[in-house]
Amino acid sequence: MSDIAHPRFRAATEEPPLARWALIGIAALGLGLLVFAPLIVVFAEALAQGWLAAVKSLGNRDALAAIRLTLTIAAISVPLNAAFGIAAAWFITKFDFRGKAFLITLIDLPFSVSPVVAGLCIVLMFGANSWAGGWLVANGYPIVFALPGIALATMFVTLPFVARELIPVMIEQGRAEEEAALTLGASGFRTFWTVTLPNIRWALLYGVLLCNARAMGEFGAVAVVSGKIRGQTATMPITIEMLYNEYLSVAAFSLAAVLTLLALVTLLLKTALEIRHADQLASSRRH
Amino acid sequence: MGRPLIHRSPMPGLGLSMGITLTMISIVVLLPIGALLLKGAAFGVEGVWDTVNRERVWKAMFLSFRLSLFAAVFNLVFGVLLAWVLVRYRFPGRRLLDAAVDLPFALPTAVAGIALTALYAPNGAFGALAKEIGWKIAYSQWGIFLALVFVGLPFVTRTVQPVVEEIEREVEEASATLGAGRLHTMAQVILPMLAPAALTGFALSLARAVGEYGSVIFIAGNIPLLTEIAPLLIVIRLEEFKYDEAAAIGIAMLSISFVLLLAINLIQVWSRRRIGHV
Repeated sequence: MSDIAHPRFRAATEEPPLARWALIGIAALGLGLLVFAPLIVVFAEALAQGWLAAVKSLGNRDALAAIRLTLTIAAISVPLNAAFGIAAAWFITKFDFRGKAFLITLIDLPFSVSPVVAGLCIVLMFGANSWAGGWLVANGYPIVFALPGIALATMFVTLPFVARELIPVMIEQGRAEEEAALTLGASGFRTFWTVTLPNIRWALLYGVLLCNARAMGEFGAVAVVSGKIRGQTATMPITIEMLYNEYLSVAAFSLAAVLTLLALVTLLLKTALEIRHADQLASSRRH
Repeated sequence: MGRPLIHRSPMPGLGLSMGITLTMISIVVLLPIGALLLKGAAFGVEGVWDTVNRERVWKAMFLSFRLSLFAAVFNLVFGVLLAWVLVRYRFPGRRLLDAAVDLPFALPTAVAGIALTALYAPNGAFGALAKEIGWKIAYSQWGIFLALVFVGLPFVTRTVQPVVEEIEREVEEASATLGAGRLHTMAQVILPMLAPAALTGFALSLARAVGEYGSVIFIAGNIPLLTEIAPLLIVIRLEEFKYDEAAAIGIAMLSISFVLLLAINLIQVWSRRRIGHV
């Protein structure tokens, strides 16, 4: 009975198995060459002379200064961008005004500007040669080649992250819940705190996560404004470049490995958010 | 008769949210871009043109845009394939591949740059293999292409994926019932549905690649006229304190990427209109 050959049917809406496996193979090969292999190489190069050498290079004074600077920059720019994102999303989704589409385009603008051009703009605005920068320098507040310039450049390139996450979510949720809270006598701040914020917290976290990853890893814009003073204005990515150009491979890749771990943690948290709170994230990212 | 600028609303926080939004966007983005344009205006049209109209600048800009275009086309094809595989097929490791697509967004570009260089340089694992067949990847235009493919990788996949999820099987069944083979259905039914999303991803990937700096400079070799990208020229001019010339190249890049984005947006509108009423 059982050796009657069952002809295997293939649904008309499926590709033949051979084609399917070929496509999966191409996808895996491409991602292997482009993503997985570089990931492995970062750690392999960092550990090329053993754990001790890698850890020792991270304990170096300049490396520690770079880590501290990068954390400082993220601590300044990420909360400010989160505040901007919340304010912009509130303004755009809770009010009707002319030029809304234009404002949304403006918020997205940093994504289509080269980071190097962004840094250049900051230099021209606040550099010692400009009138604003000249005045600030004369009064003892240098912006460019100092921490404020690095923070500004970082904020330029990361400005859209939180707003972009929040706007679609807040459009979807509408205004009814807030209106109800207000009718019941809640203050504006209380309405935001107890009604809006719980609704957008996961999207906010998602945006902050991506914003932070970019803020800590930004290279092009920061390279232009930092002046690359070792131990003072060299962030982690800038220090990686300097070490790499000095052929200090282990030191460069050890620092790179720290940033890579951060990227992997970011991806992990992001994936967890997408799985657990998909319904509260922007719909375009839902998958 | 005219609509009010801002409609009256019972919602609180208008002044505060508008104030924060406009202040931040002005200080962080608009004023700095204005400073760039002012610098260009002060330099004069002729000065800007004379700066840009030199062989080294032309070659660098042409190189940036040509390789960005190639990389975006590669990402268009590979990204659609990836989106299809990740949504339609079930196989071990699918979640891992799905998560890996986002790595270029999360990984700092400088890290990507040195990692790709270590791999594809003549003494690297893959570079040595390529060298056997006389193929130089790092420190040639191939290296730049590779880095640009890396940074643009997620865009097409992430825009196309949700669309693939929403395709109704009935459409494909109808096509099959009418006698179309699978390949025919793919080409005539499925790909046109994916086109607008894929084109959006293509545009984003192109815009990103044109301005990319961090991942490229390590692998490019940076030889003037051969492997020197446009953003690097801005950095070089700034290091020479030639702010006028840096601003001129910056303005040229800014305007070309705006034109590109506009062109592609128009194609997208056209494509949506064409596909929309099917």
